[in-house]
Amino acid sequence: MLEIKNLHVKLEEEDKQILKGVDLTLEAGKVHAIMGPNGSGKSTLSYVLSGRDGYEVTDGSATLEGEDILDLEPEERAAAGLFLAFQYPVEIPGVGNMTFLRTAVNAQRKARGEEELSAGDFLKIVREKAKSLKINADMLKRPVNVGFSGGEKKRNEILQMAMLEPKMCILDETDSGLDVDAMKLVSDGVNALRSEGRSFLVITHYQRLLDHIKPDVVHIMADGRIVKSGGPELALEVENNGYADILEEVA
Amino acid sequence: MALPAPKQDATDARLAAMTLPESGVWGKAAREDALSRVRAMGLPTARDEYWKYTNPTTLVAADAPEAELFANDETPLYDSIDRLKVVFVDGVFDAEASDDLTLEGVEIDRLSDAMSKDIHWVKDLYGVLETRGQTPVERPMAALNTAFATDGLVIRATGKVSKPIALIYKHESTSSDAILHHVIRIEEGADLTVLENGPAAARFNKAMEVDVADNGAFHHVRAQGRDHERRANTHLYGRLGTESVFKSFTLTANGRLTRNEVVLELLGDDAQAHVAGAALGDGDFHHDDTVFITHDAVNCESRQVFKKVLRNGAVGVFQGKILVQPDAQKTDGYQISQSLLLDDDSQFLAKPELEIYADDVACSHGSTSGAIDEDALFYLRSRGVPEGPATDLLVLSFLAEAIDEIEDEAIADDILSRLEAWLARRRG
Repeated sequence: MLEIKNLHVKLEEEDKQILKGVDLTLEAGKVHAIMGPNGSGKSTLSYVLSGRDGYEVTDGSATLEGEDILDLEPEERAAAGLFLAFQYPVEIPGVGNMTFLRTAVNAQRKARGEEELSAGDFLKIVREKAKSLKINADMLKRPVNVGFSGGEKKRNEILQMAMLEPKMCILDETDSGLDVDAMKLVSDGVNALRSEGRSFLVITHYQRLLDHIKPDVVHIMADGRIVKSGGPELALEVENNGYADILEEVA
Repeated sequence: MALPAPKQDATDARLAAMTLPESGVWGKAAREDALSRVRAMGLPTARDEYWKYTNPTTLVAADAPEAELFANDETPLYDSIDRLKVVFVDGVFDAEASDDLTLEGVEIDRLSDAMSKDIHWVKDLYGVLETRGQTPVERPMAALNTAFATDGLVIRATGKVSKPIALIYKHESTSSDAILHHVIRIEEGADLTVLENGPAAARFNKAMEVDVADNGAFHHVRAQGRDHERRANTHLYGRLGTESVFKSFTLTANGRLTRNEVVLELLGDDAQAHVAGAALGDGDFHHDDTVFITHDAVNCESRQVFKKVLRNGAVGVFQGKILVQPDAQKTDGYQISQSLLLDDDSQFLAKPELEIYADDVACSHGSTSGAIDEDALFYLRSRGVPEGPATDLLVLSFLAEAIDEIEDEAIADDILSRLEAWLARRRG
């Protein structure tokens, strides 16, 4: 599904290398987690994959189902099936959540040459998916993320994911700012979307989230590289001993 | 005191070509009084402090600069709204194109007829709010209007008027120079909506004086037409009685030069005045909102919400003032003026002012200029919305606070659809 090879990335504005050769292969239907200390490059990886401005790829490649995505515009990557659940979802006053969702869904359908959803069909689908995430009619009506609590924002991200049905989902610290109940709700939402044809890259600081969203593989990232990969037990090791031991071991 | 020579010259040049329209006794007196005020003040020049950001030369000049006609192929604005249509072509009332001027709860007359009749409420209002509005800031272009207005309506609402009165201003002559003056009286407890749309003329000077009695409500939504060449200087006056409501929204898209002045006095307790504007300019566009709101009663609320979207060298101006008189305790005043600059060539000039003489008030004002929020743009694009439509969505997001000031949903939707179309056209 997603293949990252020797990815080197620096900041556009300053001469600072953030990613120093990331290699990662994520098969269809699998869930991989990336853990790592602050500043290791986890969020940068998610931004570079989704096409945010401000980064320069100096070497390496990233392909989604064999297609090079690094030269694509963010919207083209989205239409190709990539989705990033933001760590800090952006508030957009004056634009209704529903309008936003419908614009996004139909823009992607259009880009893929599919017919746009009618207002009626869209409404039916959105209501059904919102219900399972406990997103009420009021939240759908309100401007995008404005006045939403931390948990509501994250649930809203998962709703977007559910509506857009991406193949490759990147969750950037989706657990940050969530209490236990909210984390369960969000995780259930993610788990409901797990399927053979859909892969997940879960970026997190804490093992806690991985109790709910069980990963197939856990990677440890440090200083712009993946320094260790293993099974779910690797996350437990981090939880118990911190990163210091692992970093020492691979140094 | 003698006027400075350039001002005297500009004033003489303009007045030389004008004659006072025929009127009855009181009308003649009102016009002559206004003319003497124009002579005393002199017409504005670029050196006047109040015209620092907007050059009045073409508005003052003896002849209106030519303005190419614009063929608007859109469905007429407000088309789906049940309304009483009153059409003016290049500033002249067109009876044929207008609906019959009878509507329950309201009396409508043509200004030129009313001014030769003895209608006491018109007599008590024509030029009166304009005169009051000359202090503390002189507005000679408004006095010029009172003196020389050739047409307009006098409207008196006595009850809840069942449908809006829509003033449609058509522009069919490249050199038309229109001066219109409307006087509107909202009687106690009455409720009226006035819609305006269209460019009106090559050059347009308009005054609207609105007197809202206790518990009355006046709603006003206007769109100033898509013509690129036109020039306009408008004056909207409001005097508000106890527990009355005055709400005005203006959409300006295109137009070489527009100066919209709003002068409101809150004279009765618990009155509410909202003025809002959304302006979109591309290229040769200069748009000026000049607002003066005086609080002279207790527990009144006023809101000014002005948003401008500017690109390709367009210029936006905002001069807004809230004056709170010593007795106007518990005043709630809010003023926001913002511009969204879509490139580095565009400019926004703002002069927000508060002058407060009461001690128990809550007044806030803010003015900002900014570009499209890159984080929000990326967020939208990451969801699959291409850059163009995503930018449009953020422009609409920026304008939302102003659009929200339109109370009627159908009218707001219509205005919104015009904004969307304007943006989509620019995307090609």
